[in-house]
Amino acid sequence: MNTSEWLQTILFFVVLVALVKPLGGFMAKVFQGEHTFLSPVLVPCEKLLYRISGVNPEDEMGWKRYAGSMLLFNLVLFFGLFAMLMSQHLLPLNPQKVPAFTWQLALNTAVSFTTNTNWQAYVGEQAVSYFTQMVGLTVHNFVSAATGIVIAIAVIRGFVRRKTSMLGNFWVDTTRCTLYILLPISIILSLALISQGVIQNFSAYKTVPLIQATNYDKPKIDDKGNPIKDAADKAVTENIIVKEVSIPMGPVASQEAIKELGTNGGGFFNANSAHPFENPTPFSNFIEIMLILLIPGALTCTFGVMVGNSRQGWMLLGVMLFILIASFGVLQWAESSGNPLVAKLGVQSINMEGKEVRFGMAGSNLFTVATTGTSCGAVNSMHDSLTPIGGMMPLSLILLGEIIFGGVGSGLYTMLSFAIIAVFVSGLMIGRTPEYLGKKIEVREMWMSILVILTAGVTVLILSGIAMITPQATASMANPGAHGLSEVLYALASMANNNGSAFAGLNANVNFYNLFGSMAMTIGRYVPAIAVLAMAGSLAEKKYIPPSLGTLPTDKAPFALWLTLVILIVGALTFFPALALGPIVEHLQMMGAYPLPASP
Amino acid sequence: MKDIKPAILLFIIFTIICGGIYPAVVTGLAYAIFPKQAKGSFITNKNGTVIGSTLIGQPFSDTKYFWPRPSATSDFGFNAMASGGSNAGPTNPDYLKTVSDRVKMLRDTGVTGNIPADLVQASASGLDPHITPESALLQVPRVAKARGISEDVLVKAVAQATEEHQFGFLGEPRVNVLELNLELNRL
Repeated sequence: MNTSEWLQTILFFVVLVALVKPLGGFMAKVFQGEHTFLSPVLVPCEKLLYRISGVNPEDEMGWKRYAGSMLLFNLVLFFGLFAMLMSQHLLPLNPQKVPAFTWQLALNTAVSFTTNTNWQAYVGEQAVSYFTQMVGLTVHNFVSAATGIVIAIAVIRGFVRRKTSMLGNFWVDTTRCTLYILLPISIILSLALISQGVIQNFSAYKTVPLIQATNYDKPKIDDKGNPIKDAADKAVTENIIVKEVSIPMGPVASQEAIKELGTNGGGFFNANSAHPFENPTPFSNFIEIMLILLIPGALTCTFGVMVGNSRQGWMLLGVMLFILIASFGVLQWAESSGNPLVAKLGVQSINMEGKEVRFGMAGSNLFTVATTGTSCGAVNSMHDSLTPIGGMMPLSLILLGEIIFGGVGSGLYTMLSFAIIAVFVSGLMIGRTPEYLGKKIEVREMWMSILVILTAGVTVLILSGIAMITPQATASMANPGAHGLSEVLYALASMANNNGSAFAGLNANVNFYNLFGSMAMTIGRYVPAIAVLAMAGSLAEKKYIPPSLGTLPTDKAPFALWLTLVILIVGALTFFPALALGPIVEHLQMMGAYPLPASP
Repeated sequence: MKDIKPAILLFIIFTIICGGIYPAVVTGLAYAIFPKQAKGSFITNKNGTVIGSTLIGQPFSDTKYFWPRPSATSDFGFNAMASGGSNAGPTNPDYLKTVSDRVKMLRDTGVTGNIPADLVQASASGLDPHITPESALLQVPRVAKARGISEDVLVKAVAQATEEHQFGFLGEPRVNVLELNLELNRL
């Protein structure tokens, strides 16, 4: 790394850690109903919303009702978006006259945005109207993020509260989260992004003359839409001269800010955050990476504050930072070392395929680990074109279960499940009853934690197995050999863990990925969410056991190290065979140990 | 079941707030404070006609222009309606052939030595408006010959078009190819 790369990376983490405490403390106040500097303006709004929607803010919910409300709300979100995608041709704000989605793609997209995954099997600039982007997708970016955050808050309450079955009110938590946290930060940072050149308008696409005309061969198509072939069975083409191009417009910045802040990741345009209108400068890139890690990072502090021991939060943040920075180091090394097969052709030995010049190596790679360590899934470089070991880093971060910062809320509650497993295993080893934060860990907590951490992984492995014997699924691969397996593994890992990024060469808009993918996203989101709420319900009913000499301290460095090992061992045991067949084989091919795959 | 009412009503309310009021407020503020950026950072000529955006690259293949990075957008390179990268994997033989063809095209214009990676590897968006200063300087002899002007003038033009690290340390130094070529046409 050169000096400026070191400087921007170090500064990034310094700023991030500096923001954790103020934002985390603020969020704790918001969810505990305390007075904040926004209260004078927002308390009246909040009361009005409750009155209109018939919510009694004093009405506390047990875990079943909390989970039920969450599911009900998400069901309404799903049907709202599904209906909008199927009827966008009839709705306003559609200057490009884009047609409705097919039902399979609408199903996949509606599930994807409701579950905070934002997997996209469509091309944004071609397939989606401004109305759908703004009134549909942007809204889901907010509320799916809020859903994740409030579940984490309910889980924290499970640890904090004693001998009660009540976890709070889902509607109140969701409303506060949106009004106090997501909206204010989004408004301010979307303006910061616009200052850098992110667009925000409702104009029709702009036609611009090219300085130098270009041309291409277009395959001729007959009346039925089939390609015309000549006597030698070659496609007949005509040469088209292009003198002008259309440049897409739209309300991008308002969606961009919440896309990253809510770890959603669904791009306005196909190229996502690599598109110059979504991410125009190195500074906008800095802001976007910060937005991705901001809330998941700060929630560790919210957790610490709410459980009354801020070191518990810092310990979790430390584990996350350690794995994130280590992954960044490996990725940066792999991409800077480049591809020897390309270097052999007389090219400088760094991998710039699928990267943008303005971000450079460090700016691209930091974005990549941030977006896959969290469940964001926005991309500013094309992960499919990473070197094999480089590409294994985002893939592994997703497979670990989205806990290295993780999705907003979901990262924290999954990490807490890992902490419970770690406490339990160490408890077995030293012969003590496992306790975490003063609550006894018993059979029910173990069952639920196991469900939380294994659901996504099992789903990924089973579906990848099915994909490999399904001709439609393997025909979608864009690259031959081991890399094709990595593409399929990445797609299913991304959907089951609600990430949403892709090895995007894979043609995902086919029934297999649309339908199995919708299933993976639904299972990966709601099974852990319900399990963790059930665990919170049983924790809240337990009495508090003050720490004694025999209690394992969970706020100190040895436990952080132990937790890191548990995470890595669970991840490696589950996924090493699959990774060995994909990225590791491809690396050996790239280094010349095995012959290259045949051309597809 | 008493939670059905808030589920539906809060969905409608959040749709109005987050899907209507929020983007409208941001658009209003953007037009008031950063109108040029919000509309797309377009460049206009003397007559006020829009001739491009500083942020969206354009295809150039003529020897008298500086060439941008390869673009893998569908139909033709720098197709702004189909942003995206090649998504080619590092061991894909077709991809290696493509890069080798690009290297050959540059060698044919007299380029020797190691070629900067950005000039033969496609960008992520397919619309990358920039190349590295090394990639621009490498093209100076070809453009000078095609235009019949001295290399010194072009080196100076490249230096002027080079954006340094933002705030001194963010990102990488870069040359905006569209702006540089427009400048050449004015020389």
